[in-house]
Amino acid sequence: MAKVTQLVHNYLRHSKRFPHVFCPGCGHGIVLGSLIRSIHSLGLAKDDVVLVAGIGCSGRIPVYVDFNTIHTTHGRALTFATGIKLANPRLKVIVIMGDGDALSIGGNHLIHAARRNIGVTALVLNNHIYGMTGGQSSCTTPMGSFSTTTPFGQLEEEFDISRVTKVCGASFVARTTVMQAKTMDSMISEAVLHPGFGLVEIISPCHTQYGRKNKFKSCVDMYKWLQKSSTPLEKFKEMSPEKQEKAIATGIFEKRDCEGLEEKYARMRRNLRGER
Amino acid sequence: MASKSRKNKFTEIFALGNEAVVEGALLAGCTFYAGYPITPSTEIAEEMANRLPHLRGGVFIQMEDEIAGLGAVIGASLAGRKAMTATSGPGFSLMQEHIGYACITEVPLVLVNVMRSGPSTGMPTNPAQGDVQQARWGTHGDHPIIVLSACDVQECLEMTVTAFNYAEKYRTPVILLLDEITAHTREKIRLPDPDELNIFSRLTPSMPPEWYMPYEDNMRGVASMPPLGSGYRYHVTGLIHDDHGYPTSNPREVEQIMHRLFRKIDQFFYDIQMVDEIMCEDAEVCVVAYGCVARSAALAVQQARERGIRAGLLKLKTLFPFPRPAVEKMLRQCSSILVPEMNMGQISREIKRVNNGQSKILTLNRVDGQIITPAQILGKIQKG
Ligand SMILES: Cc1ncc(C[n+]2csc(CCOP(=O)(O)OP(=O)(O)O)c2C)c(N)n1
Ligand code: SF4
Ligand SMILES: [Mg+2]
Repeated sequence: MAKVTQLVHNYLRHSKRFPHVFCPGCGHGIVLGSLIRSIHSLGLAKDDVVLVAGIGCSGRIPVYVDFNTIHTTHGRALTFATGIKLANPRLKVIVIMGDGDALSIGGNHLIHAARRNIGVTALVLNNHIYGMTGGQSSCTTPMGSFSTTTPFGQLEEEFDISRVTKVCGASFVARTTVMQAKTMDSMISEAVLHPGFGLVEIISPCHTQYGRKNKFKSCVDMYKWLQKSSTPLEKFKEMSPEKQEKAIATGIFEKRDCEGLEEKYARMRRNLRGER
Repeated sequence: MASKSRKNKFTEIFALGNEAVVEGALLAGCTFYAGYPITPSTEIAEEMANRLPHLRGGVFIQMEDEIAGLGAVIGASLAGRKAMTATSGPGFSLMQEHIGYACITEVPLVLVNVMRSGPSTGMPTNPAQGDVQQARWGTHGDHPIIVLSACDVQECLEMTVTAFNYAEKYRTPVILLLDEITAHTREKIRLPDPDELNIFSRLTPSMPPEWYMPYEDNMRGVASMPPLGSGYRYHVTGLIHDDHGYPTSNPREVEQIMHRLFRKIDQFFYDIQMVDEIMCEDAEVCVVAYGCVARSAALAVQQARERGIRAGLLKLKTLFPFPRPAVEKMLRQCSSILVPEMNMGQISREIKRVNNGQSKILTLNRVDGQIITPAQILGKIQKG
């Protein structure tokens, strides 16, 4: 344990004034730890990693780590990332977004990043709520559940982030939860190594804004629920539809060989310029 | 259509205003374009799509909307590229949030807005000058910005080069305002020899990375800027930040960055202010104009002189920061100033703002999607 903590410290910005902004029990910090472990295990140089984030609690993650870090605008992180990757394909561009960020305001950019298969990695931290702004409903807030803007229950159907991304053409799509730290580490590593667009949806509880309004007595309750409901894909497929309703399928939904857009563009350019 | 001139090294081409923008951008060192098509700016994107992949490292990408276009441009600029986008009214409105982002994060970029009739979808193929104040104040929050204009095809090229130079020199977005007429006029222009051009590129840091401050408050008010991945790891955020780039709400630090942002433009005012004074020395009536209207005005002023009226033309190439000293000189000298523009008075209000009652300000406004003719301007000069 001490070793892992030490490793994380090697990547933190000690010039940045801690403590961080996250509530006790927030899942977002667990994702940051996992991201650091993944990057470390891949042996990537800090200089080669660009963390791009949107706006939200999730968007506050990059400032704490010693990579090239960019905190962009709400919903648009993928557009910045696309520019960076095309401008310098050597860089490993990792985008951190909240559920609202990625699919409510940023839905247009997500579906097109997936379609183009631009070679960036998206981590979507799904807490089913707008954490930062105080618990308004998101496009992933489950039907029937409560938020400050659905005080009588959400009437709308929710988005399944992984499914949307997969049908839009992303070549790597996976889902995990912050309760499966080791799986999360390896999924993030796999996504970062994957050429083309890779997305990992991470269920990350927000007790402060979601749990309290939805009958979770404590943070711990939420984590217990998460552990109970997350189900590996193979097992999930064998469940009855009623049981599937209550479960969260985890695993890799899509993984296929793919050339990133930046590679295709570079090839076209070499051909036009008569280079090898 | 390029023809090499024998005597000199320059080349002459027959080009659209929009094509001249591309020539200027490439001469200035632009290697990245992202945007979304919209009339009357589309030829810029199309020409870039053709040209950029032939250049070393050149990238063109058509994004899903204008918000994405400017986002990608900012990303590319952070990665070290000279980058640009082009649009028109509706797209310009969509870009406003990212203009503010580029202002506060001090990311150099060029945005060409070819003005068409508005508001909303307006008249897509008709010219206007209705976005002047939007270019100045369109994004929220107090901020400085540089806004330039061009009145003919040659100027489209030259002002694009200038726009890149200012963007790189002052780490700021620069907006070049064209209008449908200027963008869609085809005329002969002189392509300068790259050697005769002054091209400025952003300063990159040379100090050890641990000393680097991305938002350092130095004499110039402009810090050096390393490309992503070059060993200088720092934080970029649209939150108000300290000189290291970390978010702050400390009033002293907030005041410091806000004041520096204004200072970095204000203190170089005389470098940025560009006007042409045509027959202004002895003028009693001065026409102040910009964009396509400045061409009508030039002819009208000449015709007025032929009729014995001492008229002059002050052509504004820099719209913001507002070229106040040049205008004030004419306010002191002339009995009346005429401001013809294809809006309801967006620059004339700036002139009224700096007028201390020395001069009578006449306006001539046209918002029917048609150009203001020399005859209209002459008529107004004669009536006084
Ligand atoms: C254009 C714009 N609209 C609205 C906001 C306000 N806002 C900030 S964060 C946020 C929602 C964040 O929710 P999510 O993306 O799910 O991230 P979380 O905080 O839950 O991690 C909103 C609506 C904003 N910053 N910008
Ligand atoms: S509000 Fe929710 S998402 Fe935001 S820090 Fe607190 S627990 Fe995390
Ligand atoms: Mg959320």
